[in-house]
Amino acid sequence: MTSEILLETRGVTQRFGGLVANSDVSISIKRGEILGLIGPNGAGKSTLFAAISGARVPTSGSILFEGQDITQMPAAERCRLGIARTFQVPRSFDSMSVAENVMIGAFVRHANATRARAAALEVLDYVGLDGRADATAGQLTPPEKRRLEVARAIATEPKLLLLDEVLTGLTPSEARLGMDLVRKVRARGITVVMVEHVMEIVMQLVDRAIVLNLGKLLAEGSPAEIVRNEDVITAYLGDRHRAA
Amino acid sequence: MTDATLSSLKLRGDAFIAKRRRQLVVAAAVFAAVACLPLGIRDVYLQNVLILTLLYAAVSQSWNILGGYCGQISLGHALYFGIGAYAASVLYVNYDIVPWFGMVVGGVLSAILAVGLGFMTFRLKGHYFAIATLVIAEIGLVLVHNWDFVGGALGIQWPFGTDSIWTLQFARDKVPYFYFALGLLVVVWLVTYFIENSRWGFWWRAVKDDPEAAESLGVEVFRSKLAAAAVSAFFTAVGGGFYAAFVSYIDPESVMSFRFSLLFALPAVLGGIGTLWGAPLGAAILIPLTEITRSYLGGSGSGLDLIIYGALIMVVALAKPEGLLSLFTRKSGGKA
Repeated sequence: MTSEILLETRGVTQRFGGLVANSDVSISIKRGEILGLIGPNGAGKSTLFAAISGARVPTSGSILFEGQDITQMPAAERCRLGIARTFQVPRSFDSMSVAENVMIGAFVRHANATRARAAALEVLDYVGLDGRADATAGQLTPPEKRRLEVARAIATEPKLLLLDEVLTGLTPSEARLGMDLVRKVRARGITVVMVEHVMEIVMQLVDRAIVLNLGKLLAEGSPAEIVRNEDVITAYLGDRHRAA
Repeated sequence: MTDATLSSLKLRGDAFIAKRRRQLVVAAAVFAAVACLPLGIRDVYLQNVLILTLLYAAVSQSWNILGGYCGQISLGHALYFGIGAYAASVLYVNYDIVPWFGMVVGGVLSAILAVGLGFMTFRLKGHYFAIATLVIAEIGLVLVHNWDFVGGALGIQWPFGTDSIWTLQFARDKVPYFYFALGLLVVVWLVTYFIENSRWGFWWRAVKDDPEAAESLGVEVFRSKLAAAAVSAFFTAVGGGFYAAFVSYIDPESVMSFRFSLLFALPAVLGGIGTLWGAPLGAAILIPLTEITRSYLGGSGSGLDLIIYGALIMVVALAKPEGLLSLFTRKSGGKA
């Protein structure tokens, strides 16, 4: 029987000199959900994201993926286990075509280039970039680049996809398309964690939200609970939400 | 994965497969045409230039595996070239072992050394890595200079003997050397071709473009660099072994000086790094130019050829940073 909890952080603390970016953060991510990780700037979202994705080993605490301790595991190995991520500023391989970018992700599951290519084309089809397969990644528009980031990550066939501000900086119509894409990702059976600080968009999309503030866990719950939470309103949303 | 199997059927007519096939056809035609050259060119001096051009094309292509595909710019490949030259020479002159075997020994030694050095240097980024390779190669040069077992500063003279394919000694006719050099280029080209279309090749290019993003997509960045370094060093050393057999006399300066490290990097840079034809194209331009300036304008000490390299590189860097090969490829189709 597979557990309902896909990933768990236990007392994750990250210090940078005197600055405590994450202080004793314990959260769990449930299988199949879309989880929002939100908080104002400097709340420690990106730090926690780095600890989960394997970009940085936390000062203390541990991270468990499907019950296995992955705290010290390098990112490439986590990817094989089923954790994929996107970058806040898209980091495409610009000397390669769009399809080749996605193949890099697909190679984790397919050693053979032809198979990887087939898998990459299937993913491009799924995310709606099939028309751009042979363009170079550098030619893509910014929203297309975000889509490519997601495609690359999906091609690694993850169980957990970590999205770093994929909806930030998009126009409202682009953001709507982005939200559709996130829903499609979940429809593939992939658990999604989104780091965002634009709360209005995230709340329409997520099943559950976790709010960080000043490096600590402030609140967690359904979007409806979060927007009514007094602590969250004070720390983050501000008084205009209270008035409304 | 039924979706993927379905699309793999669709792939039969895919541009990716078509491109791979086209590349092989073009290569066969080019190499066949080059193989015919000795039929028309009987002049020994010109044959000599052709042999060196093919040799540098092959070694520069080997350099390209690490520098072009994996993005780790080495300015110390003379070290591996020297190891190949010395391994073949010492084994042949001292132990009577045929250079065919000596070259492979040199290649294996170089690959092992490249992995060992990679453990130390691949944590360095960009220019720091290039500087480290340069310094290590200079240390190698000094060591060989002072190592009497391999002839020290005097070097090693290959004995004169009868012409033989086994000992790779041909005093009367240069043509066998031509075909060996061409064969080496074909082998290195094919290795590059197959790697380019394999997981390693894609991984190397990802490492070059963005190591952190590559790592997040499951690419073993450090191991990728080590593998590229080993393959690159192996073929560079085989080229060095062949060079020793070809010139029949080596000393530290004539196979391990910094000049060689430059001459391995430049053709690839000139033609287009990280491409299948960049290094051969660059060598075809650069090496005849070098040899001609050397013979018409005095010995290698004058340094005029170095001035020409410098000027060429500046022109390429300013006008066509992606190399001359990009002049021949279609804009939309990606690499040749």
